[in-house]
Amino acid sequence: MKRPFEQAVTEHGAVVLRVCRAVLGPIEADDAWSETFLSALRAWPDLPDDANVRAWLVTIAHRKAVDVARAGARHAVPVAAVPDAAAPRVDQPEEALPDRDLWTAVAALPEKQRLCVAYHHVAGLPHPEVARIVGGTPAAARRAAADGIARLRTTYATDGRVSTHV
Amino acid sequence: MSDNPIQLLTEPTTGEAERLAALHALLVDRASAEAAVDVTYRRLDSPVGSLLLAATDLGVVRVAFETEDHDRVLESLGSSVGSRILRGGDRLDPLARELDDYFAGRRQGFDVPLDLRLARGFRLTVLRHLSEIPYGSTESYGEVAVASGSPRAVRAVGSACATNPLPIVVPCHRVVRSDGSLGGYLGGLPAKERLLALERAA
Repeated sequence: MKRPFEQAVTEHGAVVLRVCRAVLGPIEADDAWSETFLSALRAWPDLPDDANVRAWLVTIAHRKAVDVARAGARHAVPVAAVPDAAAPRVDQPEEALPDRDLWTAVAALPEKQRLCVAYHHVAGLPHPEVARIVGGTPAAARRAAADGIARLRTTYATDGRVSTHV
Repeated sequence: MSDNPIQLLTEPTTGEAERLAALHALLVDRASAEAAVDVTYRRLDSPVGSLLLAATDLGVVRVAFETEDHDRVLESLGSSVGSRILRGGDRLDPLARELDDYFAGRRQGFDVPLDLRLARGFRLTVLRHLSEIPYGSTESYGEVAVASGSPRAVRAVGSACATNPLPIVVPCHRVVRSDGSLGGYLGGLPAKERLLALERAA
């Protein structure tokens, strides 16, 4: 029996928002979240009852994040083939919030590391599941997540400030 | 706050609850606009406890007492109507207002559209008749059976009342035993007594 969709929003909404934020930065995270859950709602009746709902939602969020990043790239000056996370803007209200620095440091990670950190550490998916989403082997996904965390430890200082030597 | 990045990545971010609430409201609006929702629902505090109100795009499809277990009712709606179920939206605001007025003694009937898809056959016939029992009066199970065209189906009237998907709105609480005792009620006898007392007093 298929559970009410509202339960999926209640159980996974916050994690998916954090994943979107890690992958895209705070500005575009809201759009990606909306697109993810609208798309998931449409497909909900066809999802097998025994599916891993969180992995399914993160997979949709990944596709939506790619769409949102591409749409953003079309409006931006092309600097690289694959857009890294949008650089956090200085004019946003979140500037003053205490956990902003961590997410700024996450946004500054190279793309593969950022995705693997988001899907493994933020979403809690196992490495083989992460590899299925981002491509490559589970071992490569594990290494990218570990490298990302190692880099965060150097860029996100324990006093809550980001090193300028990224 | 821990300074371990791995730990921090799993903690709620600042302002997250407010953003999620806003995003949730936007989701309900967008999904309703494209008819991608089977059921929306909300809760209403009332003198007979918290009520679950649920609607399809056709009308109110379910009213449930707390004693029925709201989570189980929603799961059952997922099977019978569809699993694209979301909390919120404004579809049920008119019913919530009418119920508030009803409990305050300012309203005797309900004008909102109803979706009676959860009742079929004889049970549906019974429900249609129940809506004709005037506010403040009662009928016996036997009288309802006669009025529904099956004088011998007294027990079936009882089960139609017991499975009424729209209690209060479709007034099964106005059906009592011929000896004047209350009979049963899916919201519990104290709730039935309370509704009848409310209607007597008004």
